[in-house]
Amino acid sequence: MAYNFKEVMNKPERLTGGHRMCAGCGAPIAVRGVLRALKDEDKAVIGNATGCLEVSTFMYPYSAWQDSYIHSAFENAGATLSGVEAAYNAMKRKGKIDDTFKFIAFGGDGGTYDIGFQSLSGAMERGHDMVYVCYDNGAYMNTGIQRSSATPKYADTTTTPDGNVIHGKQQNRKDLADIMAAHNIPYVAQTTFLSNFKDLHEKSEKAIYTEGPAFLNVLAPCPRGWRYDESEIMEICKLAVETCFWPLFEVINGEWKLNYKPKNKQPIEAFLKPQGRFKHLFEPGNEYMIADIQQEVDRKWEALLKRCGEI
Amino acid sequence: MSIRDRLSGNEAIAIAMKQINPDVLPAFPITPSTEIPQYFSQYVANGEVDTEFVTVESEHSAMSACIGSEAAGARTFTATSSAGLALMFEMLYVASSSRLPITLACVNRALTGPININADHSDSMGARDSGWIQIYSENNQEAYDNFIQAVKIAEHKDVMLPAMVCQDGFITSHAVENIELLEDAAVKTFVGDYKPEDYLLNENDKLAVGPYDTVSFYLEHKRQQAEAMINVKRVALEVAAEYEAVTGRKYGLFETYKLEDADTALVIINSTAGTAKDAIDTLRNAGKKVGLLKIRLFRPFPKDEIAEALKHVKAIAVMDRAESFSAAGGPLFAEVRSAMYDCAEHPAIVNYIYGLGGRDVRTTDIESVYTDLDTIVESGNIGETYRYLGVRE
Repeated sequence: MAYNFKEVMNKPERLTGGHRMCAGCGAPIAVRGVLRALKDEDKAVIGNATGCLEVSTFMYPYSAWQDSYIHSAFENAGATLSGVEAAYNAMKRKGKIDDTFKFIAFGGDGGTYDIGFQSLSGAMERGHDMVYVCYDNGAYMNTGIQRSSATPKYADTTTTPDGNVIHGKQQNRKDLADIMAAHNIPYVAQTTFLSNFKDLHEKSEKAIYTEGPAFLNVLAPCPRGWRYDESEIMEICKLAVETCFWPLFEVINGEWKLNYKPKNKQPIEAFLKPQGRFKHLFEPGNEYMIADIQQEVDRKWEALLKRCGEI
Repeated sequence: MSIRDRLSGNEAIAIAMKQINPDVLPAFPITPSTEIPQYFSQYVANGEVDTEFVTVESEHSAMSACIGSEAAGARTFTATSSAGLALMFEMLYVASSSRLPITLACVNRALTGPININADHSDSMGARDSGWIQIYSENNQEAYDNFIQAVKIAEHKDVMLPAMVCQDGFITSHAVENIELLEDAAVKTFVGDYKPEDYLLNENDKLAVGPYDTVSFYLEHKRQQAEAMINVKRVALEVAAEYEAVTGRKYGLFETYKLEDADTALVIINSTAGTAKDAIDTLRNAGKKVGLLKIRLFRPFPKDEIAEALKHVKAIAVMDRAESFSAAGGPLFAEVRSAMYDCAEHPAIVNYIYGLGGRDVRTTDIESVYTDLDTIVESGNIGETYRYLGVRE
């Protein structure tokens, strides 16, 4: 069925307003985008790792979630939701449940790339019929913008500050979508917020309605950590894609597919410039950092093009 | 009709689990509890149960999956030991505060540091404040009986707390003993169906589990949890009475052995109680008035009943198979001595740390403790209260 923007956006929200996330935060946009792909008649259980999203959407006695929801700790959203999915299978088999439930976990990059990595890997390997969605904002934002393995190189965070000797984070990002694809699960995709949200919607739909485990990596900017103007979030996401910092792709049963190839690949400065966390890169003498980032982006983009059969 | 068999403690637990047929069983192997999920996986492979067996990648994930599953509305069991229980530590608190009646078979083993695979109680004693019901078992029969009862206690509407059923690693987990089992149907009838009031997979209502709890509510939530634990004592006795009606085997909050007229007594947990009973028989034959109080329910701690049972004794040795490094005695000692404080006349009470890392405890070791207690009674001098049994100095 062709994507109908108006229809999709008019669906009832399954994460309601009134939660306490910051203005201009990508996380609730990612959640609402993913949940819009659920069929209205399907029920869901949402799992959530500890993080901004959890503490801001389910502060006792209020919940912004319209579906059943479970948070248990930081590093175990994968394992926790796999328990729920196992319960569903057992109860369904025993005739205790008739309805269809879908299982969707949300974690930030801290709860997904780092502390929750083992739990995620285990859940995916075991083949639970669930979707794990990482809202990747590239640092531990809930505790105050500390570096994660998803933080881009040279970014200024509160544990990789720009100092006189060391200038921000010294390592490149971990490639999580690639690692998840190596789990040989039926569906892996990388996306973000673009124009009419078609890419996010369609990938969410595939992830939710593909049998077995699926992983979505959604670039979800954080205005506090990235230091951009709240109203600029869509522009930031667009630049991430147009510079090939955040390519859009899917891996369907091991087949890599590129979803978007910029006509004119923009230099990485376009993505870095509007963000305060990269401010020091534009100081005299630090040009090498931008060149270094550009080189890494180019290397990975070329590798992706090859993988996807584009060159 | 009961079934007579010969089983190890691990197999007895696995069979209790099979007879109950839980919805979900997430588990990760660790010596000496490994056999429990191993036996269970065979029941799954043979179609003898219709449980979802979740082969998680760690004990942290085992307890996390248990939490997800139990919250979803499914009866959920697991098993672990030692470092496995320690790795679950964070999640034990989440399970109990979320009021999820998971039942865990804990096969007691020393915590690593240095690594040791043999029996002591440092693992479950480390979890004593995690909000889990703790029931201890002297032998295979008790491990089996306690596990079945624990499920019913945990799921009682006035409780809704997780429970761990403990037994000594290798000493009872791997030793084969005669055992009397219930018929499968009798176990299922006794335990009944798990029917939670609120659960994630309820088709008619939604549930949110695991909120961020602010200063305005956290204290009240902890008090509610504590009240549930207070209810456990009553429920455990009710369940024990029902179990006795089915099996003829009587269980209480603790067991006393020749304690009624005893001058000196031991307070002890798990398998060494059997050794102590043998020593008591020998000493009684020699005319010594010695007795024993064996802890069954450690969480909640039945302090009033314990004090009542021990108040007439002249001298007590509390035996701890766990160090707490308070430099003042083990965890059981602290609790028993505290319980005795309200007695009009305090018996003399000393503590022995014993059997750490599986160090063998013989009847002669137990007899030496009674001899020490005699010395205390005769001299009126308690001396050092924090003692070690059988250590090479």
